[in-house]
Amino acid sequence: MSRQIKVTLIGNPNTGKTSIFNSLTGLNQKIANYPGVTVEKKEGICKLDRGIKAHIYDLPGTYSLNASSIDENIVVELLLNRNHKDYPDLAIIVSDVENLKRNLVLFTQVKDLRIPTILAINMSDRMKYKGIELDLPYLEKHLDTKIILTSNRTNHWIDKLKNLISNYNKLPSTKFIDPKLIDPEYFKNLQRTFPKQELYKLWVVICQDANFSNVDKNFLANSNFETKSISELKRLQQKETIKRYQLINNILKVGQKVDQSKAIGFGAAIDRVLTHKIFGYVFFFFILLGIFQAIYAWAIIPMDYIDSTFASLTEWVKMNLPSGAMTDLLADGIITGIGGIVIFIPQIAFLFMFISFLEESGYMSRVVFLMDKIMQKFGLSGKSVVPLISGVACAIPAIMATRNIESWKERLITILVTPFMTCSARLPVYLIIVALVIPNETIFGFNYQAIALMSLYILGFLAAITSAYILNMILKMKKRSVLVMEMPNYKIPLIKDVLYTIIEKTKSFIMEAGKIILAISVILWFLATNGVGDKFTNPENHISQNIELLSEEELQTKIAAIKLENSFIGKIGKTIEPVFKPLGYDWKIGIGLITSFAAREVFVGTLAVIYNIENYDDSKGKQRELKNIMLHETDENGNKVFTLASGISLLLFYAFAMQCMSTLAIVKKETNSWKWPAMQFIIMTLIAYIVSLITFQLIS
Amino acid sequence: MQTAADLKKGEKAIIKDVSSNNIPIKLLEMGCLPGNEIEIIQLAPLLGPIYININGSRLAIRKGTARLIIIDKPIKNE
Repeated sequence: MSRQIKVTLIGNPNTGKTSIFNSLTGLNQKIANYPGVTVEKKEGICKLDRGIKAHIYDLPGTYSLNASSIDENIVVELLLNRNHKDYPDLAIIVSDVENLKRNLVLFTQVKDLRIPTILAINMSDRMKYKGIELDLPYLEKHLDTKIILTSNRTNHWIDKLKNLISNYNKLPSTKFIDPKLIDPEYFKNLQRTFPKQELYKLWVVICQDANFSNVDKNFLANSNFETKSISELKRLQQKETIKRYQLINNILKVGQKVDQSKAIGFGAAIDRVLTHKIFGYVFFFFILLGIFQAIYAWAIIPMDYIDSTFASLTEWVKMNLPSGAMTDLLADGIITGIGGIVIFIPQIAFLFMFISFLEESGYMSRVVFLMDKIMQKFGLSGKSVVPLISGVACAIPAIMATRNIESWKERLITILVTPFMTCSARLPVYLIIVALVIPNETIFGFNYQAIALMSLYILGFLAAITSAYILNMILKMKKRSVLVMEMPNYKIPLIKDVLYTIIEKTKSFIMEAGKIILAISVILWFLATNGVGDKFTNPENHISQNIELLSEEELQTKIAAIKLENSFIGKIGKTIEPVFKPLGYDWKIGIGLITSFAAREVFVGTLAVIYNIENYDDSKGKQRELKNIMLHETDENGNKVFTLASGISLLLFYAFAMQCMSTLAIVKKETNSWKWPAMQFIIMTLIAYIVSLITFQLIS
Repeated sequence: MQTAADLKKGEKAIIKDVSSNNIPIKLLEMGCLPGNEIEIIQLAPLLGPIYININGSRLAIRKGTARLIIIDKPIKNE
């Protein structure tokens, strides 16, 4: 007999909730989105004794049941709705042993919803360093729950916790507080109007901020219950909070002993340096520098390996499969296209590793603290630093990371400017073009190519900051800007948690990008190898030079070029060429630009497919390196296609253009309107076109 | 009337009143309540946010919010 139960993990941010989730479920987890919003929904399965299968849900961190962001609202909506399909049979409240008092506020609120609870006191390994002693039997009795000490550094508690979960039906579901104690008159009146409803639940519904919550409040308007003004509600909420703290304090006075003299902490000393008005910024600068250095120096090694693996795979396919259309599609279209994306795995993994490291260690909050005032001058919040830095990896998670920005205006501006940051998808385009047009020489010991790349990153940041400044001037919106941010304890991130993040993020990146690239590669390959008309079917009749004077190889190259020019893709390319000609691009690059509106990295794959079909060297069964082909690519007059002018123009186009459908989709979801992504797309593309046009005309 | 914004780095005081309507509820839930002690850990440059410790919760808030937290006289910290 197998029984399924639902267990939710609830807790303040930074309490190590996700580590407990990982310990319970292992890699047996899946991440999806809550319907309609982009809040991540983490679900995992944990098998227990007696055939019980527990579905574990890791909810977003929240400080209380008064939602002040859409992430927190997810928690509240789930806990208020008994008919929700994920409504928990049991809630595990994860709390931080060093800040039990505050963590218990949320615990008592969940308890008041009559949900059976287990209290997991996490990071218990730190108790001895902090001089904390807990009287667990006393706390269990007075909080009326089961308590388990957990730690991310040990494992012995896991079986005990599993055992508690499997005995979920023995857990008490009593209330902690009688709401009537908060304000007798108000709550008696409320109960009288809605005699059948759970009093505390009603109160939570009344308190929800309409900005974040979809909780239905119509029943209030339809009753004769006298609603209170916002300031009166606030006063009641304050009374509730004070009451909870009072009761919790009374319990902790007996149940918790803290001997300050035994407490050892480096946190304060580290903070003195990391938030220092000078050293803090210096340290932050070196952290950023270190990240870039690592990404370029370390990622190269696995990237070279992946590159050669894909090259030999293509070769192997060509040699061993019967030659024909399918083999060509596989080798020139699919493998080449996929290879173009797999090659970024090392860099993306490194980026996500660093970002997850910065967040998990608690350092990111210090950066927010240091940067808040500066960012405000540009109409952003200190919290915008996190999306802007994450934007260097990928704009999609970055835009999702804007959710904890309290002010809508600051959040909207952050969403709109983040795509200017140089994301990892631009990297392959930059790398190949920089290698083509910028000399590989050094000046004062610095490599020109490295300087060019660095400049592109700085350019992206400047573009983001400048447009934020302009948007802040233009957008007429009421701004109620606050910042309330916890400065969590410093901790050394667990390798396991960082690894999970890397695997999850990289996997989803590859899957999403892979799908687009696969589809586009196949379409491109088809369009490039098919065509109509005499020029396509009999190209040898249309060679202007005397055929006898050409070597066999030259002849084949000519034929391939004419065929490609007259294929479907060639016809399309020629039609749109006038648009891109003033920027210095030929029709092949034009096709690359068009396809890369789906996703930037498609550009390299597109060129690989187009050039390979044209330049495939059959005699050796081998592909020539893309970079070499591009280097020797000429137009009909014999002029090089990739010159300094066209190269820089192309780099600038990629720096500014909004070429990522997935980002636009996320912006649409997060802003809940088509207006913002549409504006973002049009303006960014216009900027890209104008800047590239001016640059090309000036340099050439 | 003194507020938390008047405190210097390292100073402590007891919170007297937080009844302003503009104080975010979140701040109260984090322990910013009358009777609790507030300590200034660090001040960001250029009148940036302040880093405080209330009741064991360490938080960053902006100057404007700090002005809404009414305090008793600062406790001299030796």
